[in-house]
Amino acid sequence: MSVIEISCLEVWREISNYVDQDVAPELRARMEAHFKSCAHCKAVLDGTRNVVKLVADGVEYKLPKGFSERLYTRIKGK
Amino acid sequence: MGAPATYSDLSQPELVRRACEGDKDAFYSLVRPCERAVYVAAISILNNPADAEEVAQEAVLKAFTHLAGFRAEAKFSTWLIQITINEARLRLRKDRRHLYESLDERRTDADGDYDPKDFADWREIPSEELKRGELRNALKRAMATLAPKYREVLILRDVQNLSTEETAEILGISEGNVKTRLLRARLQMRDALAPGIDGSWSAGKPEYKKVRPW
Repeated sequence: MSVIEISCLEVWREISNYVDQDVAPELRARMEAHFKSCAHCKAVLDGTRNVVKLVADGVEYKLPKGFSERLYTRIKGK
Repeated sequence: MGAPATYSDLSQPELVRRACEGDKDAFYSLVRPCERAVYVAAISILNNPADAEEVAQEAVLKAFTHLAGFRAEAKFSTWLIQITINEARLRLRKDRRHLYESLDERRTDADGDYDPKDFADWREIPSEELKRGELRNALKRAMATLAPKYREVLILRDVQNLSTEETAEILGISEGNVKTRLLRARLQMRDALAPGIDGSWSAGKPEYKKVRPW
């Protein structure tokens, strides 16, 4: 069964939801078909996934050393 | 001052009840599991570790003062993050640093359609790249250039792994808005980082050298 074609613009609008598996099955199928034939959108998809992976790592947001102790001291001093 | 008393066996409502009566160790037990979430929420808006710590701690103290206003059926961490976000926004307004408006804010404020800067190929992140500092630095720079409204959603959803629903509740926006902003944030990050795979993470070369031709 063939799926209805979808434009690059429509793909970009939904690409983040697609990564989160938050698109309806019918749309998902159309997007999957599009990624098979459009290298540009596939590159945007791979890049978006890499961003999610990188950001999720979160090492940039480690709690500063001594944060807990300072917080406890302030709570006790209140 | 001694070490905090441990209350690991007490439920949240019981901890809240004790904290409301002034038991500071009970309050600290409530805060402890979400202190990183609180700090990260603050830094997502303030973009500066020192300010973020100060605001995060102020927010926690404020929560202690206003604990009676906490609804028992709510999730304590959500409530605390909400307070922190509000404190961070107040601080930002006070410092008037928001007058600095990033390019991205102007370009995308209307939430129009996305227009990729390029189609640089970025199939996978080579593991050696992940270990090198350049990629992490590029990531940091890219995060810093995001408009706050995009950065806060990206951090709540992709760093803290909160659901769309919880993110919407914390920020006081609709779930649809969370999704739109997350899309913007992720694609802007991609635009900023993708070409780097071809060499822009090398020190001293902020611009990328080439985009792989198709």
